[in-house]
Amino acid sequence: MKPLRTIPLWPAVRHLLLIAGAVVLLAPFIWMISTASKPPEEVFSSELHLIPHHFALWDNLKIAFAKANLWRFLLNGVIVTVSIFVLQVLIALPAAYALAKLRFLGRDALFALILFGILIPPQATAIPVFLLLHKLDLLDSYAALVLPFTISVFGIFLMRQFFKSVPDDLVDAARMDGISEFGIVWRVMLPAAIPAVTAFGIFSVVAHWNDYFWPLIVLNSEQLRTPPLAVAHFRNNEAGTNYGPLMAAAMVIIAPLLIAFLLAQRRFIEGITLTGIK
Amino acid sequence: MASIELSAIRKSFDGTEILRGVDLRIEDGEFISLVGPSGCGKSTLLRVIAGLEPQSAGEVRIDGVSADGIRPSARNLAMVFQSYALYPHLSAFDNIAVPLRMRRLSAIERLPLVGALLPSRRRKERCIRDDVARVADQLEIAHLIGRKPAQLSGGQRQRIAVGRAIVRQPVAFLFDEPLSNLDAKLRVHMRAELAQLHRRLNTTFVYVTHDQAEAMTMSSRIAVMIGGELVQVGTPTDIYDNPRDIRVAEFVGSPKINILPGQICDDGRIEALGVLLRLTSSAASGACRIGVRPERIDLGSGPFTGYVVHAENMGSEAFLHLAVDGSDARLVARIDDPRRLPPIATPVSFGFAMDAVRAFNAEGKRIEVDSEHIERVRERAIV
Repeated sequence: MKPLRTIPLWPAVRHLLLIAGAVVLLAPFIWMISTASKPPEEVFSSELHLIPHHFALWDNLKIAFAKANLWRFLLNGVIVTVSIFVLQVLIALPAAYALAKLRFLGRDALFALILFGILIPPQATAIPVFLLLHKLDLLDSYAALVLPFTISVFGIFLMRQFFKSVPDDLVDAARMDGISEFGIVWRVMLPAAIPAVTAFGIFSVVAHWNDYFWPLIVLNSEQLRTPPLAVAHFRNNEAGTNYGPLMAAAMVIIAPLLIAFLLAQRRFIEGITLTGIK
Repeated sequence: MASIELSAIRKSFDGTEILRGVDLRIEDGEFISLVGPSGCGKSTLLRVIAGLEPQSAGEVRIDGVSADGIRPSARNLAMVFQSYALYPHLSAFDNIAVPLRMRRLSAIERLPLVGALLPSRRRKERCIRDDVARVADQLEIAHLIGRKPAQLSGGQRQRIAVGRAIVRQPVAFLFDEPLSNLDAKLRVHMRAELAQLHRRLNTTFVYVTHDQAEAMTMSSRIAVMIGGELVQVGTPTDIYDNPRDIRVAEFVGSPKINILPGQICDDGRIEALGVLLRLTSSAASGACRIGVRPERIDLGSGPFTGYVVHAENMGSEAFLHLAVDGSDARLVARIDDPRRLPPIATPVSFGFAMDAVRAFNAEGKRIEVDSEHIERVRERAIV
């Protein structure tokens, strides 16, 4: 008699482990959606239930939008993350091109220093940068949110690695055709590096959209708040925290990221499959 | 059209010398091949001519004007790369149009969006479109013009790359092993096409290749480069028949020239594999090497004996590999009629005409031999 083993053991264990991991990662999100859909009395009830008895998501959203200017905060988030990303690309691409394709004295030492820069946590430089912005009288402004992140060491590193894989012949052909060195960066390297730029964009936008630490330090004015600050502000607003609207607001600020990621992900995969240099 | 003069070009990378003083005059309108084994510096020399790599010493003159310090694009040369180096994000049309756009449009006209609105840009674009269409017709690629490089085969990409080079009518073309990424059949076909293109354009072609067959079939002159030096420059016939150096003799010709150990005796007579040849030389006595091309080996009669170790039947001809009796030398001989191919291990005798012999001294330099001496003795005896 054969034992009843239609499902092989190892794949089953593997999937169980993966499912367990996914549950741990997804639980907060599911709880957020659940809480956002509950009326206050259900949120504070002692019994735990995931599906709300009374569906109150629209009410909670209405309260959230009425309580705070969420559109304004979302717009702030867009302005800050897009400015940071654009400036990062403007600086990282020429730097990466020089490090990958130009020969100059001390290039390797310079690159080693840049790699070293990755090791420095942003918190370590927070106070000097804060004092610098204070001296420049830039605190509590968009500039304070954007400027410290314009030079992305990680971006330079990532793009440099990608540019290394672009054939030298392509650069030489561009030189023969009369394209200047900056022209090569924007007309030849950037189009070839779209998948890498997209990947970097995902990292950069997610990191700065969700950044709580830096905006909390440099901002005072309410109208400049970025989305995470805005959500946090829901908490200590009144006597008791109203978790339903808070979670609804959190859902609202996560939505753009999710949509952007799904769109970029498709471009990203397309980009990878289309890299047909040579 | 232009002549290119190279004088005492040297180039070193990190202390290793790649080019050791190259002098070469490339005539206006000629098709010259730079040929040599890989790593001999031929591609570096081409890049020095193009201006992509500055030389460490020496001078490049294009049409008599020094090109030193002049940017690659300003030298008005066009280059076709081994990997074709097409811009992957641009269509074939745009790839060919790039050099024209860079030349004819101003920086403002080239700007995306803003530039497209300028009336002058639209006028110039029309002109560029006509020029690209003319080149596309010439190369028979008009139907491919809308495709991206990823959608083209190797041969088609090659044509687009050539189109990008010829569209701006440069003074000279530089080819860096352009056929080595193609399959064998297409390579032979493109060889004929490139030679035709040269005849039609009548412009200077500098062609770098490691394939001696490409150099032999296309060029008006061949420059053989070995170890960073030009060893010999001459017509294909001259290089094949009259190699000045054993390395040239060995590099050119397929299968390789047969090299036999030889000896110059004290009285000037030459010996190969212990057999005295009817040849004399005025060179110093000592060891030498005797080169004989496979097609000059006469099978069936002659002072040498050996046996067949391997046979290669090409269909139209065949090559016999022979082991020579009393020596570890191996020879290759050509047979015009493969139906007469002897089986393996057949003993054969062979010889070669005295005018087939190319002798080289111990340093590998060619030494002159003459067969007149014996002839003269015989004449005297008759008289």
